[in-house]
Amino acid sequence: MKPRAKIRKSSAAVSAEAADLLRGRELRGIVDTVLRLAESTGAEETEVHVDEVADALTRFANNAIHQNVAEHGLTVSIRTVASGRTARATTNRIDEDSLRAAIEASLSLAHSQPKDPRLLPMPGKLRYRAVNRFIKPTAALSAENRAMAVRRACDLAVKNGQIAAGIYSNGQSQSALGNSRGLFAAYRETHSEFSITVQEGPAASWAKANSADVRAFDPQKLAARASEKAHLAVNARELAPGRYTVILEPAAVLDLVGFLFYDFAATALEDKRSCLNDRMGKQLFGQNITISDDVYHPLQQGAPFDGEGLPRQRVQLVDRGIPKNLVYSRAAAKAVHKQPTGHGFALPNEYGEAPMNLVFAGGDFSIDKMVASTERGLLVTRLWYIREVDPYEKVMTGMTRDGLFLVENGRVTAAVRNFRFNQSIIEMLKNVELLSPAVRATGEEAFEMVVPAMKVRDFHFSEVTKF
Amino acid sequence: MWDLCTNALDTAKLRGAAYGDVRVMHLRQRDLTTKNGQVGTLSQSESIGLGIRVLANGAWGFASTDRLTREGVSACAAQAVSIAKASALAKRSEVAMASEKPFVDSWQSPFRKDPFEIPLETQLALLLAADAEMRRVKGVTLTETDMQFRKIDSWFASTIGSRIHQRKVISGCGIAATSFQKEEIQKRSYPNSFGGQHALQGYELVDSLDLLKNAPLVAEEAAALHSASQCPERIGTLILGSSQLGLQIHESIGHPIELDRVLGQEANFAGTSFLTLDQLNKLKYASSIVNVVADARLDHGQGLGTFAYDDEGVPAQCTDIIKDGQFRGYLSNRETAHLVGLDRSSGTMRTESWNRLPIIRMTNVSLLPGTWDYDDLIADTHDGILMETNRSWSIDDRRYQFQFSTEIGWEIKGGKKIRMLKNPSYSGITTEFWNSCDAICRLGHWTLWGTPNCGKGQPMQTMGTGHGASPARFRNVRIGTAFSNQ
Repeated sequence: MKPRAKIRKSSAAVSAEAADLLRGRELRGIVDTVLRLAESTGAEETEVHVDEVADALTRFANNAIHQNVAEHGLTVSIRTVASGRTARATTNRIDEDSLRAAIEASLSLAHSQPKDPRLLPMPGKLRYRAVNRFIKPTAALSAENRAMAVRRACDLAVKNGQIAAGIYSNGQSQSALGNSRGLFAAYRETHSEFSITVQEGPAASWAKANSADVRAFDPQKLAARASEKAHLAVNARELAPGRYTVILEPAAVLDLVGFLFYDFAATALEDKRSCLNDRMGKQLFGQNITISDDVYHPLQQGAPFDGEGLPRQRVQLVDRGIPKNLVYSRAAAKAVHKQPTGHGFALPNEYGEAPMNLVFAGGDFSIDKMVASTERGLLVTRLWYIREVDPYEKVMTGMTRDGLFLVENGRVTAAVRNFRFNQSIIEMLKNVELLSPAVRATGEEAFEMVVPAMKVRDFHFSEVTKF
Repeated sequence: MWDLCTNALDTAKLRGAAYGDVRVMHLRQRDLTTKNGQVGTLSQSESIGLGIRVLANGAWGFASTDRLTREGVSACAAQAVSIAKASALAKRSEVAMASEKPFVDSWQSPFRKDPFEIPLETQLALLLAADAEMRRVKGVTLTETDMQFRKIDSWFASTIGSRIHQRKVISGCGIAATSFQKEEIQKRSYPNSFGGQHALQGYELVDSLDLLKNAPLVAEEAAALHSASQCPERIGTLILGSSQLGLQIHESIGHPIELDRVLGQEANFAGTSFLTLDQLNKLKYASSIVNVVADARLDHGQGLGTFAYDDEGVPAQCTDIIKDGQFRGYLSNRETAHLVGLDRSSGTMRTESWNRLPIIRMTNVSLLPGTWDYDDLIADTHDGILMETNRSWSIDDRRYQFQFSTEIGWEIKGGKKIRMLKNPSYSGITTEFWNSCDAICRLGHWTLWGTPNCGKGQPMQTMGTGHGASPARFRNVRIGTAFSNQ
C-alpha cells in the first residue's frame, strides 16, 4: 500500500445509512498535506479544494421503489501557479503519492501554456460570515425512513386510481478551500428533496420541495397536492396557441428566469454574450421587479465563499426594473477597476463568475387571489425543456408540463393540453401584473431560488402538443 | 481490481443478495479551452471507485465508494444489500431478469494516437492558432475553442460469473465564433455546436477535423449572419445538415424508444414516451425510405455509443428501430426485455461513472444512409431551406412536439443555394415529421456524430451517445416558428 495522508476517508458504516463526513480537522489535514507537499515542488502558489459528499436517493415509479442508491465521494482539486501560469488537477485518491502526482500534473499543465496576463496573486487570509445549514435530522434520514414515506405516497396514488413516480433524497456535503497564502475556508450542509409526479390516465401533475432541513416539507402533503392536481388535469381540452395571461407557479418562474442570470456576470458583458450589453442602468423590466443575489438569505443554501475563497457579498442586481449591478470575480473586477463580489468560479475558467443565490422581491397576492383576479388566462404548474432561441432578446422556448389549467372569470374551469412557448424573458418581466410572496422554489432546469409566483400578461404560446 | 470485485460480490451474497454486479471504474479526463486568444480552462482529473448493484428480497439496491480497501468495499456491498431490503418495503412485484451468459473478456477501443501522450503544448498551440484565425475576421467579438479527452477503464463482474475489462479512449474538439452587433448575437461553430465533434477515437479525430483550415469560414459566417435575411415563417421544404439531423434523431427517435421511459420509470424527470407497447410493429413511424438502428458494435463506427459490452455485461448488439418506416424495436435491459417479447436484453445499460447506477441509454442510434448525392438533392429542390448546426432544441416530455433552431440557414431556389438566412427554426410532431422524409443522402455524406451531453436519471447522469446521419429532405414542415410573433 502507498502511504496515505493521516486521515480516514470515510467511516463507512455497514448499514443503509449514508457514510459520515470527515471531521473538520481531517478535512483541513488534507489541505495542509497538499500545501506541505507543494512546498518541495516548483509551485510558487498552491490552492486546494477538498469536496466530500455522502448522498442517498430513493426513486420510485409505477407505485413502487425501482432504484435506490447511495454514494460517498471525496475529491481533492489542486491549482498551482508557476511563472504567471496556472492550471488545475483533480484526484479522488488521497494517499501522499497520489496527491504529489496531482500537484505535479497541475504544474506540468501550467508550464505548457503562455503566460496569463490577467492572473492575480492568490488572496490571503479572509474572514467569513457564519452560516448554519447542517441539519442533523436531514443527515440521519435512513433508507428505511425514505422507503416508508415513499410507500405512503404510493399507497395514496393507488387508493386514488393513480400512478406515482418520484424521488426522496437526502445527503450531506462539505468543502474546504485553502491556499499557500494562508487563506482557509470551510463549509458543510445537508440537503433533502422530495419530488412526485402523479399520473391519472394521460393526465399528470407534479409537486416538489427541497431544503437543508428535511422537516421543512411533508412528502405526504406534496403527494396529496400532486394527486389532487392530476385529477383536475384529466380531460384536457385543446386551445388555440396565442398570447395569454398566465399565472406561473414559483417552479415555472424559477425554471424560466434561471436562464437570465449568467448574463449578470461581468465577464459575460466583457465577452459581449450578455443580454445586458448596452442595457445596464436602463428600465429593462417592470418597476415591480427587484432581484438580489444573497447567499445569506434564510431560504438559500450554499457556501459563503467563492471558487477563489472570497466571501460572497449580497449584490442588488435589479432595482425596480433597472439592472444596476453585476457580479465580479477578482480578475473581472480588476479589468474594470471594480471590487470583486465573491462570485467567481474556481480558476482557471473562461466564464468568470455568476450569481447563484437569487432572491426576488415578492408581492402580496396568493395564487388563489391571482386566479380570482383573472378573467381569462392559464395557470401553469411547471415548464420543461427550456432552451435559448435568441441570446440578446432572451427568447426562450419550452413546454408546459404536468398541469396546465384554464382560468375563466376568476376560477379554474378546465384542464388544457400542453403548449410550446417562445417567450422573451425580458418582455415577460415587463409584463408582470401581480406577485406572490417569494418562496424557496425548486424545478428541474435552474438552480433553486427564492421567487414568487407571477401573473404575466401576453405570454406567447406558439404551438400545442397532443396531450 | 478483480479482487475488489470478488470481495464485493462475496459480501453481497453473504448478506443475502440473489444477484449482484459490480463496476470498478478509473476515469481520466483532460480539458483545454481558449477564449479570445487566451487559455481558458486547463485541467485534468482522475477518479476511481466502485459501485455495486444488488438484488435482495426481490428489489434493487446500489451503493458506491471511493474507499478501495477490503473493508471499504465490504461496507459498500453490505450497504447496497441493506438498501435493497429497504426498497423491498415499497415493492409491488419481484424483479425478474432475462438470462444472460457469463463472459470473461478484455477489450480496448481502437485508436491510433493516445491523446494523453500528445504534448499539451501541441494541443494548445493548435487551439490558439485556430482562435487567432477566427479573431482576424472583422465583426467577431468572441472566439472559443476546446478539446476534451477521456480514458475510461472499467472492470465489470457479476454473480453469474462475468469478468469484463474495457478501456475506452474518447476525444472531442471544436471551435466557435460569436459576433455581437446592433442588438443581435450570432454564432457559428465547427464541426458542430456545443463543443464540436466527439468520438470513440484518439487524437486522430482532432487531426481529421482540420480546425485551422475551417476557422476563417466559421468567423466570416458569424459576422455575415447579421446582414442575412430573417428565415421566413411558412410551411415548406426543409433540408437538414447531418449534425442537426443527428440531434433530431436523438430527441425524436432515440429517447422515445428507451423502454424505461415507455414503462414510466422516468416519469418524474426525463418523462415518458408516446411509443406505448401497443405501437411495436404497428406504428408507421416514418416514410418507407427511413431505416434506423441502435448499434453499439464497432462495425457501425467509433461513436460515443460504441462498446463491446454494456454495463450489465451484455454484448454490444445492433437492433432495428425503424425498418422501411415501420417501428420495430426498443432499447431494453435485462429487466425489461421480456415486456416486449424478447428473451435477451438489447444491451443498452450504461453508467456515467462508478458512483452511478447503470440505466437504459442510447448507444449509436443512427439513420442509415440513403441513395442521394448531396449536390443532386440540392439541385432537385425547387424551393426550400437548408438548416445547419444546432442552436437550440426542445421537445415535450412524451416526445411528440419539438422545435429546433440552427445557427445558419440557406434559401434554395430552383435547385441552387441562393442566399444566407439568419435565425432559422422549424417545428413539428415527431411521426408527421419523419413520415415527410423523401430523400436521404448516401454513405459518402454520412457522419457518426457524438452527443456528449445527454442528461437522464436521478441523480442526473451525463452520457455520450452516437448518431449517424447524412443530409435529408423533409416536406411540408413548419418553418420559422421560433421567431414568429416576437
